[in-house]
Amino acid sequence: MKNCLVVDDSKVIRKVARHILESLDLTVSEAVDGRDALTQCEASAPDVVLLDWNMPVMSGMEFLQALSSAKMTARPKIIFCTTENGLSHIKAAVEAGADEYVMKPFDRETLESKLVIVGVI
Amino acid sequence: MPPIPPVPAYANDGASRILSGLLEARTGQILSEGRAWRMETALRPVLRKHGLHDSDELAARVVGKGDPRLEEDVVNALLNNESSFFRDLQVFDLIHRQILPRIQAEREDRTLRIWSAGCSTGQEAYSLAIRLRNEGARWAGWRIEILASDISTAAIEQARSGAFSQMDVQRGLAIGDLIKWFEPDGENWRASAELRGMIDFRHDNLFDARAPSGEYDLLLCRNVLLYFTPVRRQAVLRLLAAHSHAQSVLLLGAGETVIGHGDDFIAHSEFRGSYARQAAMPGSAIGRVRRQG
Repeated sequence: MKNCLVVDDSKVIRKVARHILESLDLTVSEAVDGRDALTQCEASAPDVVLLDWNMPVMSGMEFLQALSSAKMTARPKIIFCTTENGLSHIKAAVEAGADEYVMKPFDRETLESKLVIVGVI
Repeated sequence: MPPIPPVPAYANDGASRILSGLLEARTGQILSEGRAWRMETALRPVLRKHGLHDSDELAARVVGKGDPRLEEDVVNALLNNESSFFRDLQVFDLIHRQILPRIQAEREDRTLRIWSAGCSTGQEAYSLAIRLRNEGARWAGWRIEILASDISTAAIEQARSGAFSQMDVQRGLAIGDLIKWFEPDGENWRASAELRGMIDFRHDNLFDARAPSGEYDLLLCRNVLLYFTPVRRQAVLRLLAAHSHAQSVLLLGAGETVIGHGDDFIAHSEFRGSYARQAAMPGSAIGRVRRQG
């Protein structure tokens, strides 16, 4: 089974995402901010990261920049999942290396669609 | 309007019988049990718009036959307009990796004609347009015509506007294509003028079709036949065949087939899951003369 790391400081969002992702036959791990996510990625690279933008300690964008120099066997697919829904934010995320972008609120169909597009399911 | 036909057994109360009968008379579509349960929910905005209290009052007004606008609103509300960008991704891969290269190799007049029949709110047609535009130079010098038709006036109006909700653009559409081909429009996202200009959206009935003209190289009629009776499915396939040439390719929905619905189409010998007109002869040339209706 493929693994998805859900990175969000909201416990509710992590819980909702986990429920959806597990129903799509993915195993799920969780991180509460970018620093936590980076540590987990270096220990064991997930197949895909569902990444919030605004978080304490280390933001999603900071995580994405740090990931490029992290020691990892394989780079995970990155799907931003954020309330930053403006075109400028979307462009900035893609230019920084994000593979996909989910604008909150999201549902099962949206997550499934994005996971198909990045080739994880 | 033709007379309202007999009512399905599951439409078990008077108002439902009248309203589902109106849908069938106008569109040929039967209200499956899967959709019948949501009739009340679907009609709620219509009741509100026309100041009616319940579906009994609505049915009484419809029987009175005094309000064409009301009837149109009822029909639009009862039609299933579910659609998404690149729905069934493998179908679009088949189109762009196999079907279109074949058409391109054989089409001598450098004209590509596509018909999205039963296009709903237009995502299928826009998906095709996006892929074609993304292929850029490959289609340089080609005339590309995309006809997209649907029985729902509301769906066609939305399709023509190119406006889609945030939820719509997140279903099937890659973020790169959203950035490239859409722009924010209030709460929605709107397809670029270039994309909108590629597609001729037409309100049309598959049983009295006026929109299609001549023959199409690629015909998509996906998730449409399932709403029709077997007799009407055959009639639709006959219409599609009338607008096909020997090398045209027909694509239906994943759960749909031509089997048992006349002999106008057969399974395509090369493109799995697609269909060819029965009269198709191997090796016959296309594109020398294109008959226009």
